[in-house]
Amino acid sequence: MTGLSDTFIRHPSLPDPSAPLTASGNLRRRTIVSRTIEVVATASAILAVAMLVDVAFTVVSKGAPALSFGFLTQNSNGLAGGGIANALLGTIVIVAFAALLALPVGVLTGIYLTEFAGPRSRLANILKAALDLLQGLPTIIVGIVVFGLIVSATHKETGFAGSIALAIIMLPMIARSSQEVLTLVPGTLREAADALGVERWRAVVGVILPAAAGGIATGAILSIARAAGETAPLLIVNSLYNPSHTQLEIFGQGVPSIPMYIYTTYDLPAPSAIARAWGAALVLLVAILAANVGARVLLARSRAKMGMR
Amino acid sequence: MLYGLCLLAGLIAVFLLVEVVYQVIHGASPAISKLGLGFIGRTEWAANFGRYGAASAIFGTVVSSLMALIIATPLGIAIGLYLAMMAAPPVRAVVGPLVEMLAAIPSVIVGFWGVDVLSPFVARHFEPFLHGAFGFIPIFGSPQTTGLSVFSAGLALALMVLPIVAALSRDLFLTVPGDLKDGAAALGATRWEIIRGVVLPTTISGVAAATVLGLGRALGEAIAVLQIIGDGTGIHVNTFLPGSSLASSVASNFQYSENKLEVPALFYLALILLAIGLTTSLLARWIAGRFDVNRTLAR
Repeated sequence: MTGLSDTFIRHPSLPDPSAPLTASGNLRRRTIVSRTIEVVATASAILAVAMLVDVAFTVVSKGAPALSFGFLTQNSNGLAGGGIANALLGTIVIVAFAALLALPVGVLTGIYLTEFAGPRSRLANILKAALDLLQGLPTIIVGIVVFGLIVSATHKETGFAGSIALAIIMLPMIARSSQEVLTLVPGTLREAADALGVERWRAVVGVILPAAAGGIATGAILSIARAAGETAPLLIVNSLYNPSHTQLEIFGQGVPSIPMYIYTTYDLPAPSAIARAWGAALVLLVAILAANVGARVLLARSRAKMGMR
Repeated sequence: MLYGLCLLAGLIAVFLLVEVVYQVIHGASPAISKLGLGFIGRTEWAANFGRYGAASAIFGTVVSSLMALIIATPLGIAIGLYLAMMAAPPVRAVVGPLVEMLAAIPSVIVGFWGVDVLSPFVARHFEPFLHGAFGFIPIFGSPQTTGLSVFSAGLALALMVLPIVAALSRDLFLTVPGDLKDGAAALGATRWEIIRGVVLPTTISGVAAATVLGLGRALGEAIAVLQIIGDGTGIHVNTFLPGSSLASSVASNFQYSENKLEVPALFYLALILLAIGLTTSLLARWIAGRFDVNRTLAR
């Protein structure tokens, strides 16, 4: 500590100007705390990704041995083996019908909330609350409600009942995501349509919906991916079926599905059954994750189209 | 014309909600009149003797969900902070979607992962360790050999709640105006002090709402919990013992119920779950609406 402090008389409360420019004392403690938090936060993110990798690795390593061309093209044969062709077709049919029901209702609800209801509309608030509550509904409850509504009325479990349950689960997701995307459509588009004297419904159909189509499709894909993996409601309303039969007529009988295949095959008393359950889980997981990636790409493209980000 | 269609579509959602509540109450009414409120306090479930109680299922639901919340909330907030404030943009663009994909894994797959991977690990390593280190706390009692327990179910639920809390809190943290953060940084605040002094106070209500939404997911999960929780009854302080939850009891008993009163009793369980679930959703809405982010900023 030579130099300045020797030649000038320094007030004792002023810091030593020749002190090294590194944190010391209190600042040092604060920096350490901050760094620690950063390390903890980074470690948490790594942990979450590691869990995803662990689940994916488990599914791949246990499911890949069961995969073969025959596994995808043959019907299930119970204990003896077979494949998932009928379950795969069944899931596609049930989910497609559910989407057919939920998509128009959901998108129209989104349009009502953004295009027709005023900002302080009471009804719109009730609608939003109802959608939130529906979205938070445990899926098992959706299952038993559909059981009470349809299965106990018709005295049989059908793929149709499964579709209705999945549609109820999909509806709030589609409505909410459509609403969010529609609010992102620039107001200038609406004003331009109004200025040209275009009626509201024509503006919606011709201008606003096309602008939001990519985002709405994203929400639809995500909700379909979610519905495809739902097990609880199908266990209640669509679990009685002939597991080795291809059943595509949803109104007549129960329809086999991939989640139910996984759930029931795992418990079969045959060593190869567990491998087949994991094989089906692998097919389901790949389809769902691919749908998620696809939805993300679509969203990025539609955002670029709307001039955002 | 389009207006009418849209209104009709919107009303379907309201109708569905009313229908759900009506159907559950209607289905449960025989059990309510026969078993009364005492149903909530009894622990046994003996269909052959016509004795039903919800207490063990309520206990299992509450304990596993709270455990999931206790684990997932700090982790989720930390991940949200990492993604919003620390990660480089390319890293964020990869890690963010990966975390969200955790939420896309179907619960039946999480369940079998829990049975095949998580539970053995928990039984062999985690539970003995916790029992050895913290055995004086009664919740860490002596471990079981299977690992199928309320504890394992809580861990699996934490995995399912985590992406919800993480993604929502990241989105909230990103809404904090850069000016506020820059101002704090200009005053010499460290990154943690910016988080504690600016970011968390402006978003805390939203984070709380996100946590409650995650709780809703944990409360209602049926399949994964059914697979992992191990089908036990009774109320045990030791979380390493098997248990049951409201949703998992409905899922496991509904198909095979032959007894006349059992189906209404299961609807009664579902009614309790519905009441808890709707309260949770309303609570999340109330928190998010009451402590609006914008309003906090304007103050």
